[in-house]
Amino acid sequence: MTVLTRQQMAWRAAQDLLDGNYVNLGIGIPTLAARHIPAGREVIFHSENGVLGMGPAPKPGEEDKDLIDAGKGLCTLVAGGAFVHHADSFVMIRGGHLDVSLMGAFEVSEQGDLANWTTEDPSFPPGVGGAMDLAAGAKQVRVLMEHTSKKGEPRIKRRCSLPLTAPGVVKRIYTNLAVIDVTAEGLIVREMVQGMDLAGLQAVTEPKLQLAADWRTLSPP
Amino acid sequence: MIDKRVKTVNDAVAGIRDGSTVLVAGFGDVGIANSTIEALQAQGARDLTIVSNNTGNGDYGLARLITSGHVRKVICSFPRSGDYSGFVEAYNAGRIELELVPQGTISERLRCAAAGLGGFFCPVSAGTRLAQGKETREIDGRPYVFEKPLKGDVAIVKAHKADRWGNLTYRKSARNFNPIMAMAADLTIVEASQFVELGELDPECVVTPGIFVDRVFVLGSHP
Repeated sequence: MTVLTRQQMAWRAAQDLLDGNYVNLGIGIPTLAARHIPAGREVIFHSENGVLGMGPAPKPGEEDKDLIDAGKGLCTLVAGGAFVHHADSFVMIRGGHLDVSLMGAFEVSEQGDLANWTTEDPSFPPGVGGAMDLAAGAKQVRVLMEHTSKKGEPRIKRRCSLPLTAPGVVKRIYTNLAVIDVTAEGLIVREMVQGMDLAGLQAVTEPKLQLAADWRTLSPP
Repeated sequence: MIDKRVKTVNDAVAGIRDGSTVLVAGFGDVGIANSTIEALQAQGARDLTIVSNNTGNGDYGLARLITSGHVRKVICSFPRSGDYSGFVEAYNAGRIELELVPQGTISERLRCAAAGLGGFFCPVSAGTRLAQGKETREIDGRPYVFEKPLKGDVAIVKAHKADRWGNLTYRKSARNFNPIMAMAADLTIVEASQFVELGELDPECVVTPGIFVDRVFVLGSHP
């Protein structure tokens, strides 16, 4: 069976970002999607700290300490980009002006509930950042995560066991095994990796999965 | 003649009282007025409530203000950023209270205070733990949470350029919370990298007009 790498997962999510989309990429695997946008498409990246038109990390010698991304790493601005203050940045997020918020997650439920802000680890203070804003505000929320936890437990659950970031917001889940849509009729498997079948995928997924009639093999380059 | 400049950074923080709510702009280490925050620590006001996105780094700036015991409470979205060991130590020892607020809700609560509004209904956090104890209302079939305005006694702002009226511009992503916090406090203190003469800033590009600004400290202007 061909389990996807993090780069391949990011590649798959990037294929669904369309020409002209305004997109926020969450910290972690979603960030990697920026380098996999198909040639010929203009996708504009938003960073919550007031950067619209975020470009890749700077080349050596071109670093600017006043230009960072949401993860506080150095970034660049593309031609046509703009800087805004925080209230306007979150108008873009909360007001439904972003086409896609691509986020990491700890858990997603079959209703599309998203849990990605706290593991309730008592050894450090909780932090929410812009996660709840992005989950509640973007036109479409898509999740990019490993199919199971490090212990092999399903992350797609009947109900999330961790505190929610937002209820009922996730529309599509990309994992290292499959592409799954969250619909009113339940979870629909659109794509599975080479060598995976529905029974195998169901074994690592809590809620019931349905296989789309036109499902395809998920094969990265 | 209006000249909002102060001679020293100590003059910038003069008169800030114990128990003040202090808005500290910045995102991580960018666009944060470290010299002014350190002067506030030296000034000695205690029992402060700090509103800031993060909780400082290392042993300087906001982290120093926290570790030296001047802060009673932090209202922030993400305390864990960079080397936040100063905050964690105070938090784990129970010396500091944390109110966690979604990032956009902080900026909009500040904007409400700046605009004289009594709060707003926000979809963010509806149905989550962070909405517990707050009034909720369904509007057009969607649940919203009532959020109150958040006003500062003091705002500490980092600008790129300032003139003597307190007109300000910012630099790249160092803008972040600065223009919003500048509007949302009774006393707005600016730490500017550069001073320019009146009329030098293109009026089309002034981000914070001087009406919101009380004191301007220009970095490097120490006698």
